[in-house]
Formats: sequence, structure tokens, C-alpha cells
Amino acid sequence: MDMNRREFFKFCGVGLGASSLAALGMTPEPAFADSIRHFKLTASKETRNTCPYCSVGCGLIMYSRGSGGRNVKQDIFHIEGDADHPVNRGSLCPKGAGLIDFIHSPNRLHYPQVREPGSKEWKRVSWNEALDRIARLMKEDRDANFVEKNDAGQTVNRWLTTGFLAASAASSEAGYMTHKVVRSTGILGFDNQARV
Amino acid sequence: MTNHWNDIKNANLVLVMGGNAAEAHPVGFKWVTEAKAHNQAKLVVVDPRFTRTASVADLYAPIRTGSDIAFLGGLIHYLLDTDQIQHEYVRNYTDMPFIVKEGFSFEDGLYNGYDADSRSYPDKSEWDYELDDNGHARVDPTLSHPRCVYQLMKKHYSRYTPELVSQICGTPLKRMMQVWDTIAETAVPGKTMTILYALGWTQHSVGSQMIRAGAMLQLLLGNIGMPGGGVNALRGHSNIQGLTDLGLLSNLLPGYLTLPRDNEQDYNAYIAKRAPQPLRPGQMSYWQNYGKFHVSLMKAWYGDAVSAENNWGYDWLPKLDEPMYDVLKVFDMMYEGKMNGYFCQGFNPIAAFPNKAKISAALSKLKYLVVMDPLTTETSEFWQHVDDYNDVDTTSIQTTVFRLPTTCFAEENGSLVNSSRWLQWHWKGAEPPGEAHPDVFIMGGLFHRLRSMYQKEGGVFPDPILNLDWSYERPDEPTPEEIAREFNGKALVDLKDPVTGEVLLKAGQQLSGFGQLRDDGSTSSGCWLFCGSWTEEGNLMARRDNSDPYNMGQTLGWAWSWPANRRILYNRASADPSGQPWDDERKRLVWWDGSKWTGTDVPDFAARSAPEDNMSPFIMNPEGVARFFARGNMAEGPFPEHYEPFETPIGRNPLHPNSAAVTSNPAARVFRNDMEVFGSAEEFPHAATTYRLTEHFHYWTKHNRLNSIAQPQQFVELGEVMASELGIKAGDRVRVSSNRGFIEAVAVVTKRIRPLQVDGKTVHHVGIPLHWGFVGVAKNGYITNTLTPFVGDGNTNTPEFKSFLVNVEKV
Repeated sequence: MDMNRREFFKFCGVGLGASSLAALGMTPEPAFADSIRHFKLTASKETRNTCPYCSVGCGLIMYSRGSGGRNVKQDIFHIEGDADHPVNRGSLCPKGAGLIDFIHSPNRLHYPQVREPGSKEWKRVSWNEALDRIARLMKEDRDANFVEKNDAGQTVNRWLTTGFLAASAASSEAGYMTHKVVRSTGILGFDNQARV
Repeated sequence: MTNHWNDIKNANLVLVMGGNAAEAHPVGFKWVTEAKAHNQAKLVVVDPRFTRTASVADLYAPIRTGSDIAFLGGLIHYLLDTDQIQHEYVRNYTDMPFIVKEGFSFEDGLYNGYDADSRSYPDKSEWDYELDDNGHARVDPTLSHPRCVYQLMKKHYSRYTPELVSQICGTPLKRMMQVWDTIAETAVPGKTMTILYALGWTQHSVGSQMIRAGAMLQLLLGNIGMPGGGVNALRGHSNIQGLTDLGLLSNLLPGYLTLPRDNEQDYNAYIAKRAPQPLRPGQMSYWQNYGKFHVSLMKAWYGDAVSAENNWGYDWLPKLDEPMYDVLKVFDMMYEGKMNGYFCQGFNPIAAFPNKAKISAALSKLKYLVVMDPLTTETSEFWQHVDDYNDVDTTSIQTTVFRLPTTCFAEENGSLVNSSRWLQWHWKGAEPPGEAHPDVFIMGGLFHRLRSMYQKEGGVFPDPILNLDWSYERPDEPTPEEIAREFNGKALVDLKDPVTGEVLLKAGQQLSGFGQLRDDGSTSSGCWLFCGSWTEEGNLMARRDNSDPYNMGQTLGWAWSWPANRRILYNRASADPSGQPWDDERKRLVWWDGSKWTGTDVPDFAARSAPEDNMSPFIMNPEGVARFFARGNMAEGPFPEHYEPFETPIGRNPLHPNSAAVTSNPAARVFRNDMEVFGSAEEFPHAATTYRLTEHFHYWTKHNRLNSIAQPQQFVELGEVMASELGIKAGDRVRVSSNRGFIEAVAVVTKRIRPLQVDGKTVHHVGIPLHWGFVGVAKNGYITNTLTPFVGDGNTNTPEFKSFLVNVEKV
């Protein structure tokens, strides 16, 4: 039988509707199945995550379209609380319930940019250009201002003229790596959100 | 948190003070509801505003912002005076019997040893115990010695009479006594109170001492280490717990290890100072293991390049000439033109730090600023002129600004540590937009470039950069899994049992806990506290067994909790000195079973130390007991004392009305030029406080449509009495100004803020939510921190965002 998807549902729906409703003594409308909306989470991929806002650490389930294949871009279209999670047991607050809008915010940044001294605008640059330039600025400043010994002749090996403010929602792995790199340069002006 | 979210259900009383969990942590607050519904718990809220937490409380008491130490000090006095304390607990588990040195004193608001010029106590040596010939602290178990901690504390708080406290706090006396009596009921061994606090305690110039006062209260009542007890910092961001545990603070290394000061040139002395000998016979003094943690960290960072010969790379660690280069210090240096570069990783300082004008001027003096963020931030756009919201001259700002797009939570694997101290693993669900990359990619990319430049060109002191261990499979972007295994740590050689010679772990295997760490270079661990999170069993942070066999809410199979998967800290104190739970029916946590410690949680104790060995429960302290007397560990003194906010609406400290030097915290650091821009009550008569709303998260969610629909526009909250005095109606536009600038917003006129009678004056509070700025999809607004003062807590330098002075006018 040659049948497209819509006709298939119609066919099944009519059959199901007719058999059950007929049993109740009703005559179903033939168009009944047209009003059945496909459950939107069917065939979506579920991924477990943690809410990035306050520190309750509510469990999330993120639903995305896409097969998960290598050349497929997953698209997250729905987020809800993880009912298995012992703290939130499926619920989310007004912030967490709106998380989908954070992922898809129109103000997400897409490309590295630079604003030159005195300029009124951003200029798009490549990652290589951005990282090359930043690393060069770091080295110039470090070489010029690194303090190996203090006035008393004590070994202090610190770099005070560049500082680093670490994140509040970065993963522990990102935080650990940030600390490892920052401390190796001798930076002391180093804090995270816990300071404020 | 000493305890954790689910454990709130075990409480008999919940005190929310310095926080507003119903609005700021709504889902965590479910556990308060659970305690009320199923444990007949009462909820008490003490807050300047009648918050949504207060609206479901059994008892609410208003309090003037910044006066919490007076309230808690008065309560401590009341409990001691009426003898409503957990006697056996304080006698055995706290420092009450310890005798303090003769030179310790407190007069006219100052402890001994104060130096007014440096605004500090340079010599704290008398703030300590008297020692006997064996180096042990002297104690008086009868608590009658005039210099024992019990007597000193009783004397210190005898000044905090209910009448004076009510005068300082503005809390009506009758209501205050009701709260105190309710709290006092938990002094019986089987009843517990939990304290939930957040930035309402932290963000004051005496914030650390407020929290200490709360901890002292809990010790008096025997509520530390107990199910449904503890002092619980709710914390404000999803991973500030983890980032703090990992030591991303000026003076720290991972796992609360500390960086050396300039004068600590000798490695062995550095370790010895941090590994104290027990101060009482038979105590554990767990920090004696400091050397093992430190050496294992240096092995994780520097691998084969460090050994005993080079003191495990001690000279490669920067030394501090200041107690810390905290953000206020750094931005003051920047303002003075002493800094050239600054990185902001997922952080928006121009919105998040006090006195926006100063922050903006400081950023304008930088040569380069690098912002890594998933979103557009005000900091990355600080040079843009945006009407009155950001009134700057763009062309005169010579800072080069780089903006690097990063992934958000949904686009990466990794772990976050919630306020329960649980390390919870999460999984990537989608690719980031455009060319955005994870922070690790950026840090790896910068590090690589730096290292290759130092290799090719040479430069100043390249050793720590050249020797940093970077043996990742893909050096440009290490995976989260590799990094997590690194901070857990591994055996570097076959680890043998020192007694039997049996091989415990083979070289290269993951360690199963920090008890295996060694100081001879045979183990590595990037953060000893996280050791045990990724073992040979795999990634324990990813565990999802939510079963709770004892119905105590501990869920030991869910994720992994530091330390050692322990869910409640100090839990040995939940059992009496003989090793049995204070309440065997409802508060069963850990106990001695005749041969070892066991229980519904992982015991926080030496597993085989029998009760008759007399080891005390607070194993991290060399004295083995908890401290009422902080010794030399706090900047402003061993007992919390009430000092006014730097901007006080009453202009004096009623405890010391005739001494201007101790009106506000005498040991808090104030920079040149900042003292001058503090406002006075004559010009700015109203007490202001800042806070979050339920619908927004910090400065992020104004970029989200749903949140912006729920709360689109900036507003301030005024009480009805104040509004009618000023002729302001709901919906009017008002200008709120401090001595540092102004904001304009819509007035919400509310019954939730009532005038308080303080020190003979009427004090009105102004409530200022903090979520708006000059970028986002919500309506533009003013940065709230335009108004706040540039001064911090005496110990942590966390800014005083919660108490300052403003004037309010109708526009």
C-alpha cells in the first residue's frame, strides 16, 4: 500500500478511534486523527546536565533533535528538571525553566572580536589572530614587569601587572586548568566570583 | 554548606538570616517546605525585608541591615545567661575550657595590639591559648578560670543586653525575644536548628564575623555535625564552590592550601607552619598531612621537573607581599595606573563590583582587556557610550579589548560542585554557536603560544612555564575527562603498604582517596579534596543511584561529595562522647559499633579511634575541638563584635557611642580616595541594600527572552511610609543616589519594608534589585553597583553590597 506519513496516522487513528468509540456507541468523526499532535519529545535525544545558575545544582534533562551522528548538529529545543535527581526531583525554578533561552539567546557570541584603542566598533578576527596577539601582549608585559626578587633580595617570582578573574559557572575542569596556567605565569591578581 | 540541601528535611527549626532562599534558591527551599510538612519544623526569618521566605515563616523579625552581629551576640548572651546550651556538647567538643593568654584584652571596642595607622592588628600573639611545658593548651574543665574561653565569651557578650540589641537592630523587643526563645528550644540534644545564609551575611565589612557568630550560636546549641543542623552557605553561583575548592583565589592553591608570603623563603618552614602539631593529647590535627597534599599538587602540575632536590618547585610559586591581591585591591591598582592587562572569564566586573565609576575608570587605564564569555557583557562593552546608562567618551579610551566566545553549560562535559559539596558530572548536548570554544581551549591555546615564545625567544623566568606538565593527548585542548583524572590523582610508582609491603596500587592507577597521598613524590593529585572522585572504579561524579536506605536523605550513591564522599561535615559530633547518637531515633548519623565508626554517612573521624581514646570530633583543628575563640585567625579579633556599616544611618556605634574609631570595622582595609566618597546620613539618610529576584540570575538572564518578559524593567522597592513622606506613588520614576553616583528606576511602593526605630531614629530601607544593565534583551537600566561603596570585609575583602546609604527623589 502506498501511503505517506499523514495518511498513515489518519488511517491508524481512524481505526483506533472507530474501534474504541464505536464500543461506546458513538460514531467518530473521520477527521479525529488530524487533531492528534505528535508528542514532541518522541525520538529526541536526552542528555543529563546541571543547571548553571544558583548553586542548588538541580538536575536537568536536555532534549535535542538530531540523531547524534558525527555530522549532525544537535539542536536543543526543550529542557526540564530531572525527576531522578535527589534535590530537585524534577522541578525547576523560573530561572531554570527558561534555560532554553540562555542557550539560544540572541546575545550569544559567535566569533572572536577585537576593539582597537579609541575605536567605536568591534572587528571580527580569527582565533589564531586573537590568541597570537593576546599571548604576545602577555609576554611583553610579563617580561617587562615580572618581579624575581623583592627589595630585601628574597625570591618572590610574581607578576602583578596583569590580573585574571575566573568564572563562576565554568566547570571544575576548566577551573583547574585555568589555575594551573595562571599560576605558572606568576599572576597573583587572581580571583573568582566567590570573592564577591 | 556543612550539611546539604536534602538534609534540611531533618531540621526541627530552620533559621533563614542573611539570605532569601525562597526567591534566590527556590528549588532548594523545597527542603524547608519538606521539613515543615513532614518534620513539624518551624521556620524563622530575620531580614530587613518581608521576603517571600518570610511570607511562609512561622515567625518573622525585621532587622536593620548590617546589625546581625548585635542580634546574634545578644542571643549568645541570652543563651549563656539563661543557661540554654547543650552542656555536654560544648564541654567536650568546643574550646570553652581552654585558657587564654594573660595579654589578651578587649577595651572600648578594640582588642589588644591595635595599630591605628595600618588599620590592623599586626601582633596577634596574645590571642592564643596558654601552653604547658609539653606544648599543649591549658584547660579548666570546671570552666571557672577567669581566662577560660567560656568566661571570656560570657564577659564579652554581657554588654549585648536585649534592650541595647533592640536599639541597634531596630527589631521590636517582644518579637526579638520570641525568636530567641524559639531558637533556644533547640539546645536539647535531640532537636536541631539549621541556619541557611547567603550573601546577606557575606557582603558586609564585618561579613566573616557575622558568619562566625552564626557558627558560635550553632555550637552553643550543639547543632554542628548534626542531621538537620549546621551552618549552611547557600552560595550564589553554580560552581563558586568548586572554583573555591580548586583555589582560584589570590592567596590560595587547590584544596585550601595557601601560597607562601615573601618572608617564607624556607620550604620546610612553609610546610611546618601549615602542618600544626596537636594542641591537646591524642588529637588528630589532620592538617599535619599538608606536605602530602602540597607535594602531590606540585607533582600534578610539574611532573618529573620537581623533586626533593628543588623543593618540589617551591620557587616557581609566586610569593605574596600583601595578604592577598583580591579584586578590590586589583581594581584599585588598575585605577592607579599600575596594571596593564586583565582577563575576565565568564565574569562581568563593571556590573558585579562596587562603585561602577571607579571600575570604568580603572578599565580605561588598561593596555589590554580580554573577555571570555558566552554572552555580550557590559564589561566587554565598557567603552561604548549608551545614553546615561554608560556615559563614557569612547574615543578617549585607549584599551584594546578582545572578546572570545565560549561554550555554555549545555555544550560541554564536566563537573560542577553545588553548595552541598557534590561534584556532579554533566554531559554535552549540542555544539556551541558559531566559532565558540570551551575555556579549556582558550587557556590551552594561550599557554601553548606563551610556552613556544619562551622556548624560541627566551624571556624573564621562563622555568615554571617551560616545565608545566602538559602531557595531554591533544595538547591544544585537553579533555574534561583527562583533567578530572588529573585532579583526582594517581600513583606514580607502585604504592606499597608501609607495614605489609603489599602493593596497594600499581604505577599509573588512579588513587582511591586522599589517605593514599604521600610527600615523597610517589603520588600526584591536583586537588587533594577531590581525591576519590575519579578512581579505578571510574568517574564517581557521574553516579546516579538516588537510593536513601536509612531515609536520612544522604543518598551516598548520588554523584560524589568532598571530602571522601562525606555528606555532613564534623559528623562525629552527632554522637555523644561515648560514641552513640545524641538522638538514636531521628538523628542517626554515625556511631561507634564496638570496633569501628559506621553510620548512615561516611564518618568524619579516624575509623578505628574508640571513644575512650578521647579524640575530639573537630579533627582539622590541632586542638581537636571547635573554636568560639578564633585565636589569631580573624582580622578584627577572636570574638565577633558589632561594628556599623561604613555608611551608617545612625552615625555612631551604640556599643561604643563615644569612640568614632570603632564606629565601623577598625581592621577593614580602606583605600585612599574611597574613604572620602563614603556618604553620611545627613546627606544620604536611607539604608539601602541590594539583592536578586526570582526571575533573574545576576546579569545573564537579561539576555533571555523569557526572563525579560517576566521582569522587563528596573525598579526599586520603597516602604509605604517613606514613599508617602516623599510624595512618591507606585509607578513613579525615582532617582536613587549615593555619594558615588545615581540610578533612575520605577518605584515599587510596598508594605514589605517597614520603618524601624534605631538608636532613637526612624530608619527606612530602600531595596535595590541588581539585574539590569546597558546590554541585553530586557529594557536598558542603570548598573546598581554605581551606588555601592568600595570597601570589603576585614578578612575576605568581599564588598559591602548589603549596607550603604542613599537618598531618594522623585524624578
